[in-house]
Formats: sequence, structure tokens, C-alpha cells
Amino acid sequence: MDLNLAAEESAFRDEFRAWLAANAPKDWNEWCEKPLEESFPYLRAWQRKLHESRWAAVSWPKEYGGRSATLMEQALFWEEMARVDAPPMVNALGLGLIGPTIIACGTEAQKKRYIPKILSAEEIWCQGFSEPNAGSDLAGLQTEARLDGDHYIVNGQKVWTSYGSFGNWCELVVRTDASVAKHKGLTVLLVDMKSSGVEVRPLRQMTGESEFSELFFRDVRVPLENTLGKVNDGWNVAMSTLMYERGSYGARLHIIFKRFITRLIELSRTVQRNGRPAAEDPLIRQKLAQCSAEIEIMRFNQMRAFSRITATGVPGPEGSIQKIFWSELNQRLQQIAQELLGSYGQLLAGDPHAIDNGIWSYAYLRTRGNTIEAGTSEVQRNIIGHFVLGLPRSY
Amino acid sequence: MQFGLTESQEFLRNSARQFFAGECPSAEMRRLLGTDTAYDASLWSKLADQGYTGIIYPEAYGGVGLGKVELMLLMEEAGRALLPGPFFSTVVLAGSVLDAVGTPAHKKQYLEPICKGEVRSTVAILEAGASWNLRDMQLSAVNGKLNGEKFFVSDAAVADFLIVVAPNGVFLVNAQARGLTISPMSGMDLTRKLYAVEFNNTPAEELGSNLNLPRAFDIATAALAAELVGGMQRTLDVTVEYAKTRKQFGKPIGMFQAVQHQCADMYLETESSRSAVYYAGWALEENAPDAATAISIAKMYCSDAARSVGNHGIQIHGGMGFTWENDLHLYYRRAKASETAFGDATFHRERIASMVIDSGSVSAKGA
Repeated sequence: MDLNLAAEESAFRDEFRAWLAANAPKDWNEWCEKPLEESFPYLRAWQRKLHESRWAAVSWPKEYGGRSATLMEQALFWEEMARVDAPPMVNALGLGLIGPTIIACGTEAQKKRYIPKILSAEEIWCQGFSEPNAGSDLAGLQTEARLDGDHYIVNGQKVWTSYGSFGNWCELVVRTDASVAKHKGLTVLLVDMKSSGVEVRPLRQMTGESEFSELFFRDVRVPLENTLGKVNDGWNVAMSTLMYERGSYGARLHIIFKRFITRLIELSRTVQRNGRPAAEDPLIRQKLAQCSAEIEIMRFNQMRAFSRITATGVPGPEGSIQKIFWSELNQRLQQIAQELLGSYGQLLAGDPHAIDNGIWSYAYLRTRGNTIEAGTSEVQRNIIGHFVLGLPRSY
Repeated sequence: MQFGLTESQEFLRNSARQFFAGECPSAEMRRLLGTDTAYDASLWSKLADQGYTGIIYPEAYGGVGLGKVELMLLMEEAGRALLPGPFFSTVVLAGSVLDAVGTPAHKKQYLEPICKGEVRSTVAILEAGASWNLRDMQLSAVNGKLNGEKFFVSDAAVADFLIVVAPNGVFLVNAQARGLTISPMSGMDLTRKLYAVEFNNTPAEELGSNLNLPRAFDIATAALAAELVGGMQRTLDVTVEYAKTRKQFGKPIGMFQAVQHQCADMYLETESSRSAVYYAGWALEENAPDAATAISIAKMYCSDAARSVGNHGIQIHGGMGFTWENDLHLYYRRAKASETAFGDATFHRERIASMVIDSGSVSAKGA
């Protein structure tokens, strides 16, 4: 066990830290609260800048424009991004999920066609996985693709599609064979979002924003060469995508959570409770301490999980607890913020009396989604129960 | 960065697991807890043969000279077996106090026989107020004599000498010293016996100032948390096994999500506890600037988690879990005793608060 960074790891971190100091935009805080329609060109330019110095996809192999970074280096990359509060990359799904899947499962022609434009943010990607009747039970999806000469004809509906309104391309999971077991009749298609019959409707979520869309497909023609991986092997292709979803990206969370708790501790010194600063209130102290401690433990868990993957090549059992841990912790953190701020906690962005321009009311509502998105807590507990502890399948 | 065990650490853990499974299986553990002291001389000499009694101490004093991470691994395995007797009191507690506050001569005289497995010892800390805060200790040595009472002293009846924490220093009292009365206190944890110790003009040798005592207490606190991790792992293992085999409504109860999700939570708490304990061991070994915080984080989390894991484990076992015959309650008892020892979760949260709210901020290595 050695928790000091290795020489190569520090070198990697220092190089990126220096690059960020010279290149990260200084005016992101003026843009970050604007709707994506407005900030989109700004974010596209930022990703291009990262890409020009080969920082857009550090985990990708060198020959595809990445740096073949180790998992620990990837974690350091996300930590540094979070540390300077750098803007996100607008093609996050293309870079994080779909690009790696195309590299792993795509043909040479597909790699040549799609990869460069994912890196440069010239083409934005979205993901058509969940459906109104297929959420946790993804394999039960119903969007169908019927063969018609050298095309598929796609009909169906997808939901919870991030970047749907901005997507040029979509990684779409469809049913190509309804006669076999549900996992076995799926295929992944790469769909041009300008195709006739594709309709995108932004979905308004409880925070009031639209991070997600609904996608409708009516007789959409998709050329056969846009099949990713083998026909009827879509479950494995889709699962390899979701594996990337649980990768190094989480390494930035402890920086973000620590920024929240540090701000709350600062606020607790001025917020009054029972005639004295909340920082002196034993109950508030207990809660802030509990949260600070859990943020550290989240990081210890992550470091252990990364080390395990590095050593064995496969995610260890610790990996499965990350999602539950961070999502539930984030909700507790925001609840403490609400308790600390009292009546002020509810004030929305733009209200002249709002603290920190209403981020606390927003975060409280937004974190409610954390235990649902990217695999509900219930599904995560099923995964631990069955795949880690070896209990019989419950569903 | 490598937050995993080295080959030699894996080896130590595996051989400790084998050793405890062979030398201290459930039947032996149950036999010992039924005795007055839970101490067994032949088991003790086997622990010494393994080098466990000198695990972290310098070779100059007959120790093995391993690190704090190794101590965490050994304690985890001891906790899994619910090792009865004075191992924690002697090796971890008295040993680290001697190591932290004693002179080289003291170490030669007292630490070396501990390392060699020749003596048993313990440390008397709590007084009637049962406060773990060193500021609250009152019993002082006057002219080399102790007068007063200490409570909740573990394994005092088998100690060859007792170490006494006082506001004006750390003192050593021979078990045969005059004016020393040791009487049992009936504690919930049957594997680690507690005693009230009365001093009546009892002669005591000064070991040193209590300035370095926090270092020894940090080691003991982390080791206790590690022991809790082993208990949690054992509770999780037997519970999952039970959930796979016990059938109701024609199905293994582990198939029901109400049961399965409790097992998942037990797993989450056990693994998170382990991460916190390994980090604490590493921070202690490296003298990391956040070592004190890391130890409080570990003890805080493990104290709550061990109780929670025990609750789930017994609940899932149903009526069987409530019987004397099932071992779970023995782990549950230990978990409760260890929860309060060296400060419960509330105590350590306040310690964390004083570090992150009143001064600076909590920061892990590399963060």
C-alpha cells in the first residue's frame, strides 16, 4: 500500500495542471448558469482547445487521439478539472461512453468516420437507451428496427436522452429480433439525428431545466453499415458502454463535494442559531463532521477501487458501492445545507435575498435525481446482492 | 498510487486468518468466554510464536518491526475470529503506550517481555465519569503513590503489570503491588473482561509524561476499528450464507429484495469501514498530517457501521439470530463495547468538527 503518487502520476498531473493554469477559461462563472442553447458555442470551443493539446480523451489509446492514460491518471485528470472548476466538455457522452464503444466494437471505417469529430466536438452524440417502459429493465426495450433492403426502418420512443436537442448522432439500442429472449434480440445503431422521422422534445425536469429529451422515431431509415458491433449482439455492446459510465469520472466528486462542505462550514460561522453562530451549535457540528468524514471515505473507497482495477484489470467488488455511496451522500449533504440555511435555503436563483445565488435550492432539487440516474439505488443493491454477494436473483 | 495490499501484506493477512481459524475456532472462543478471564496460556504462547505479540515494535525489543497497516490487518483477522483475552489490552494498548512514552530502559524491561509473549498487561484510563477525554482524568500520583479508582479496565486480572494514565504522567503498577484491588465489572462483551481497579497508597513507577499519549491512543483506536471491520465481515459472511440456505415460501430468503438489500447495505458499510481503517493505518505509518483526522473518521464510521451491520445480521437471521446458540450476538456485544471504547461516533464527530470547523480543513493525502 502506497498512497503517494508515483513519479509518472505526478508528472502527468503537473503537466495538466500547468496546461489548465494557462488555458482554462477564467470567465466560466459568467456562463455556467446560462441555458445550454446560449453557452453551447463557448463549450464547444473549450473542448476543441482541450483536444488540440490532446487533453479531450486522455483514456483513449494514443492512436485515436488519447494519451492511453492509466485509470489513476484519468482520476487525476478529473480531479484537476474539478479543482479549477473548468467547464464541462460538451461532447461528454461521445468522449466518455460512445467513442470508447466505437473504438472497442466498431469497424475501421466507423472509427475513421466518427472518432475525429467526437474529439473536436464537431459532432455531438446522445444516447438512446431508456424508454418509457424500459428503465431499470433496459433489456425489455421495444423500439424496433425492421430490415428493408440495405436499411433498417426504426420505430419507437426513447426518453432521458441527455444532449438530445444538440445531438448530431445517437447511439440507439433497438430490437431487431422479437422472437428470442429479450437480451438476445437487440442491436446498436448509429443514427443521424437529421434523418427524416426523428423528433426531439425537451423534457422539463423538476428543477425546471431541460437536461434531457424524449426522442421519437417514426419510420426512420438507418443504413445497415451504421450497425455498431454484430446484429443481435446489442446487449453486450450497450453493456460495454455502461461499463465506461462507472469509470474514473467519479474521481472529481470528492473535489466538488468538498467545495460544498467547505462553503457550508464557512456559512455556518455567520448563520446564527439560538443566538450564536451555527458553527458552535453541537448538532450542526455533528452533521457537518459526519458529512466531511463521509466525503473522505468516498474517496478512500474510490482509491481502493481504482487500485483494484489497475491490479486485476476488472472492477472489484468495491466498485459497485460507489454509485450508492456518492448519490446518497450528496442528498444528505444538500439536506444539511437546507437545515443550516433555514428559510433562505429555499430561495431560487435570481432572488435578491438568495444565498450564493440560489445554488442550494437548485442542488437540493437536482440531487434528488442522483439516486435514480445511471442506475437506481435499488438496481445497484440488486447488483451487489446478486453479482457481488452471490444471492439468488430477485427479479 | 496503490491503495491495495502488497504481497507480504496479503501473506500476513492470509496466514493470520488461517491461524485464527485453526487455533481459535468458534468452539474455542466460546469455551474461553465462559472462563473468568477469557485468557488461555497455550493460545497466548502460540500468538507469541507467530510474532503477533511484537508485531509493530522494534526488533531491538524483540518485536517484528512491521507497520501500522500490518497491525490493521492482524486486528481485522483477530476481530473476525472474535479472539478472546488480553491481546488488545497487552499488545496494542499497553505496548503502544510503552513504546510512545517509555524510556529505552522501560522498553527493555516492559515492552520486550510483551513482544516475547512472556507477560500480559493493560492500561487503566477511565474514571467514574467514564470520559475518554484526557482532560477529565483526576487520579494523580503523589510522591510515587496512587490513590483512587479506575474503571472499565480491560483484562486487568491477568495483567502482570498495569499502566495507569494520570494527569501528571503515565505510571506503571506491578500486579503484586500493595494496596491494589482488582474486581470484575460484568460487561456485555464476554470475550474482553472488564475490571474496576482500586489503588490504596499503591506504589507506582513513572514511565514518562503523557505528552505522547495521544499517539498511542491513536494506534489503539485505529486497531479497535480494524477489529470491528473483521467482526462486520464475519457477520456479513454468515448472514449471506444463511440468506442463501434458509427457505421460506419455497425460496431462499436472500431472493427477497427486502432481505437482499439489507445484505447490500451490510456490504457497503463493511467495505467503507475497511477503506477508512486501511487509510488510517497508512496515515499513522506515514505520520501524515491528517492522521488524527483519519483515525477519528475510521472510529466514527466503524462504530456506527458495526452496530448497523449487527442489526441487519440478526434481523435477517430471524428467530435464530436471537438465540444464545448463534454466534451473532457475541459479535454484537463486542461491537457495542468497542463502539464506546476510545470514544463513540459522537465523540469522534466532535473531534473531527474541531479539526475541520474550528481550524483548517480535513484533507486526505493527494487531495
